[in-house]
Amino acid sequence: MNTIYLDNNATTQVSEEVLEVMLPYFRELYGNPSSMHSFGGQVGQKIRTAREQVAALLGAMPEEIIFTSCGTESDNAAIRSALAIHPDKKHIVTSRVEHPAIHALCAQLATQGYRITELPVDKNGLLDMENLEKNLTPDTAVVSLMWGNNETGVIFPVEEAAKLAHKKGILFHTDAVQSAGKIPIKMKNNVIDMLSISGHKLHAPKGIGILFVRRGTRFSPFLIGGHQEKGRRGGTENTPSIIGLGKACELADKNIQKENKEVKHLRDKLEKELLERIPQSRVNGDTANRLPNTTNISFEYVEGEAILLLMNELGICASSGSACTSGSLQPSHVLRAMGVPFTMAHGSIRFSLSIYNTEKEIDFVIDNMPAIIERLRGMSPYWKTSQ
Amino acid sequence: MWEYTDKVKEHFLNPRNVGEIENPDGVAEVGSLACGDALKLTFKLDENKRIKDAKFKTFGCASAIASSSALTEMIKGMTVEEALKVSNQDIAGYLGGLPDEKMHCSVMGKQALEKAVENYRGAPALEAGAKIICECFGVTDKEIERAVRENNLSTVEDVTNYTKAGGGCGSCHDAIQQIIDQVRSEPKTDTKPKLTNIQKIRIIEETIEREIRPSLKHDGGDIEIIDIIGNRVIVATRGACSTCKASDITLKHFVEHRLKELVSPDIVVEEVSK
Repeated sequence: MNTIYLDNNATTQVSEEVLEVMLPYFRELYGNPSSMHSFGGQVGQKIRTAREQVAALLGAMPEEIIFTSCGTESDNAAIRSALAIHPDKKHIVTSRVEHPAIHALCAQLATQGYRITELPVDKNGLLDMENLEKNLTPDTAVVSLMWGNNETGVIFPVEEAAKLAHKKGILFHTDAVQSAGKIPIKMKNNVIDMLSISGHKLHAPKGIGILFVRRGTRFSPFLIGGHQEKGRRGGTENTPSIIGLGKACELADKNIQKENKEVKHLRDKLEKELLERIPQSRVNGDTANRLPNTTNISFEYVEGEAILLLMNELGICASSGSACTSGSLQPSHVLRAMGVPFTMAHGSIRFSLSIYNTEKEIDFVIDNMPAIIERLRGMSPYWKTSQ
Repeated sequence: MWEYTDKVKEHFLNPRNVGEIENPDGVAEVGSLACGDALKLTFKLDENKRIKDAKFKTFGCASAIASSSALTEMIKGMTVEEALKVSNQDIAGYLGGLPDEKMHCSVMGKQALEKAVENYRGAPALEAGAKIICECFGVTDKEIERAVRENNLSTVEDVTNYTKAGGGCGSCHDAIQQIIDQVRSEPKTDTKPKLTNIQKIRIIEETIEREIRPSLKHDGGDIEIIDIIGNRVIVATRGACSTCKASDITLKHFVEHRLKELVSPDIVVEEVSK
């Protein structure tokens, strides 16, 4: 059975080109870039190149790039740095739909004397910018808003939000883990202070991330150790992954048109066909401001896990917003924040595509999804009564 | 990804007995759309009062569907009395086990079975005048009121722990809080049930035996109940206590205090005259 992988917001395959450039740095070129000898030094050269490649994708300067271990580390480092350089400020503004890397961190900070404002979103998952402005106070240390939502793909106007924060002298961070490589990012044209990226969402390996810190922005390191990354992140560099990430960024830069034309076309086709063929289904999230690769569709009166497992039988990989765990079934915090009705929220499926998906795969999914939903609706005690 | 047994997967992919029996002898619906799983169970008896057929319709995850399928297979051929002995562990066991987080799916099966049998026996589904507050777990205002009053509960979380109400979608939390507020604003009456004298004597004896005597013995002393008159507990001190100058302090501050706390606030401990 072939695997049809439509779960690229969870993780992506490492590109062949990326793997290829990484391999020598495991065995032959294993030197430490900090060493004085040229055996290590040549690896340092490669890291410089990778830093330039990353900077190019982001429209940033190489010295603004700090390599980390993952998106979560980058998010933690950004928020904790903002708090460390403003020890007198005790307020953080974020949104209700953030990734756990921000959401759970803020929940923990709330127990340590920080005041957290989680901005609500409307039914399409969009922010009210006036409300954001109203919540910025002299006590606010940092605003952190995600660029693209992992569950719905909804894009926040973070560049505008950063301007609002700056007007009041507040630092601005964005989790751009889902948007890097999918939509054009030009850091030199905005005022965002810090931005997080994760390698494995753009065809680099897991275990590598980036924190962009704008030149001139004060930064307090999260991992204390050696002088690596100019003292901003201790720990011997993950050389193969950094070099792989550089290549992945170069490829993402090259493929961004493809992402916004071909991938978007496949996503739109999948969405349109499923909505047409499956009654009582709908898209969650604003379709105008959305990542080109993501669609989140709710199928009323059926449950997400059951849908996923039937898709799994056909080799189709996707994910569901809801998780059925002890005691009750919890719809995702994102869909709840958007006020998606329970009848819809439990049966939500996220399809997230990449440049490696083919039209044939999408057609297979379109052909097979209606029967899956019909089969589960046939078992559901609610289906008939609602017709 | 959940680690399901092959049996769970098999019952999910090929569920037995999906549907609804027309004119069933017993029918029940448990769960709700809001809380994420729901099960409608119907069964029919044969002339020997054995379950001839059972069918289900389930909204929920793979283990909810598999549990429903297993339940209907298990109870076929049983009398309702036998069927009622099927526990949620039996359902999970039939499926080769369920992940801990999914055990509630088997509980849902058990609840549906109990309710369907109640329905068959013609038991009233709801206490008179009661109204469902927690849709997810079908808990009524009367049940919540009773739990709050009898257990002196003060938070929604307490109520959830005692009755399950509010443990699902959470949309009834405000209503539960209102019930708590209302019960707690009622004039305080002595909520402890009135004890007969014999019950009271037994409780005092047990309390002394369990809570008080071990401490006294530890110091070489002891205590003996001479008489109990109303709330007066007349005791005699023994061993080291009988010669100890501080024994009346022990009686007031330790023995009386513990009995007030554990039996009744009106208790007075007196030492029999030496």
